Amino acid sequence: MKKTALLAVILTGALLILSMENFPSWGDVQSPASLHLSRHFIEKSYEQTLTPNLVTAVLGDYRGFDTMLETVVVFTAALACFLVIRLPRDVCTPGLFYYRHTRTGLVVRKHDACELPGENPTFERVDSDWPPHDVVVVSTCRMVIPFIQLFGLYVVAHGHYSPGGGFQGGVIFAASYVLLAVSHDLRTLVHRLNERVTHLLSAAGVLLFFGVGLFGMAMGLNFLDYGALEGVLGMSLASGHSLGILLVEIGVGMTVTAALVIIFKLLSSRGTVTEGL
Amino acid sequence: MEDFLTQLTSKYNFWAYIVLMMVGLYAMIAKGNLIKKLIGLSIFQTAIMLFYVAIGSKAGATIPILRDHTLKGVIDFVEYINPLPHVLMLTAIVVSVATLGVALALVLRVYDVHQTLEEDEILEKIKNP
Amino acid sequence: MIWEIKLLALILVIVCAIAAINAKDLLSAAVIFGIYSFMMCVQWLAMGAVDVAFTEAAIGAGISTALMLAAIFRTSRRTKD
Repeated sequence: MKKTALLAVILTGALLILSMENFPSWGDVQSPASLHLSRHFIEKSYEQTLTPNLVTAVLGDYRGFDTMLETVVVFTAALACFLVIRLPRDVCTPGLFYYRHTRTGLVVRKHDACELPGENPTFERVDSDWPPHDVVVVSTCRMVIPFIQLFGLYVVAHGHYSPGGGFQGGVIFAASYVLLAVSHDLRTLVHRLNERVTHLLSAAGVLLFFGVGLFGMAMGLNFLDYGALEGVLGMSLASGHSLGILLVEIGVGMTVTAALVIIFKLLSSRGTVTEGL
Repeated sequence: MEDFLTQLTSKYNFWAYIVLMMVGLYAMIAKGNLIKKLIGLSIFQTAIMLFYVAIGSKAGATIPILRDHTLKGVIDFVEYINPLPHVLMLTAIVVSVATLGVALALVLRVYDVHQTLEEDEILEKIKNP
Repeated sequence: MIWEIKLLALILVIVCAIAAINAKDLLSAAVIFGIYSFMMCVQWLAMGAVDVAFTEAAIGAGISTALMLAAIFRTSRRTKD
């Protein structure tokens, strides 16, 4: 098996290398890929969208339809993850449950804890397969996480002028929640951002994107034509496009944040969303 | 032969991308562990992304963010790198992490049923349960 | 001088890829894959694709390593090859 695989791989690689003389040479200004459409993007996009970052302009405006469906893909992935591994909420799985007395630090073990004690201030639940929490890690992460989230918002809002945008900002925002789950525990994350909120947020991002598109249709223009914002807000055509790109990026950021948090919650807890990494 | 050598030195990046792609393909075919297969899939994806971005590079050009944001003056397209492959690959990276999440969810489900991640052991258990 | 550094980073990417698929332990494979993603981010920076490099640094080296570690934590670290 391994020898056949190696043979097939070497054969494919040799064929690809043979075809390499047809590639444009490295860094060729006149290569076909950078002549026709990209020339128009580079020369015209600033006067049409007022966005110095060409990547954001192309992503949000010229290829808006593509980006919208990519957002739908991310949303669908979160949905698929949910449908594949989420367990029903009211199943009482037998096993061991551990509680820590908050004053003394004593850990109590309990079998068959189907009726979990709810909001009990003297006992808190701890994970059965994870060591007790570390004060240094917890307090460092508590201080760092707000700054990470602020940076995520900055990246979304500043995507017009510097590298960044909805995808990157959304991922940084999701990473801050992953850090919260790793440093504290998964129940803290679920307490802050429960499942209802993440599901609504992931759908709301896609709907915001669709909404901006439908607004263009409602004003008598094409789908996703941000020129519609110009007439309503009384701004120039180019700043209407710039505002449209910002709205769309916020939608993308919401969906990406929520989808990645959903996937992490489900994977790290094997679908129960009670104990996790 | 000399022709071949000049090609090798002038296009060494493309050589490296083909090698990376083949490493990923080999892992997807020959490795038995499901997570190893996923790592191979990701390597294959990133190799293709590298190839796309390399097609759009220009010698002597700068990053695709305009230097002065005024409407005066002509923007020369030779000065800036082609932004179109960057856009395509940026969305592809985000989609690749979403599909990786779905694949890992399926792997967890397989592990729940068969208690192993090795391909041959899973096939064995399916054959004689 | 600059192209030698670029070549070194390219070789490091290939070394990381081969090490990731040959590691004897899934946990180390996932961590080496994170290093691979970071070296890939360096590649994109060398080509001037700053947005793609930013995305790869956040996603490849951050979130996807975390997802993979979560899945390995819930399954097993054992691998035969």
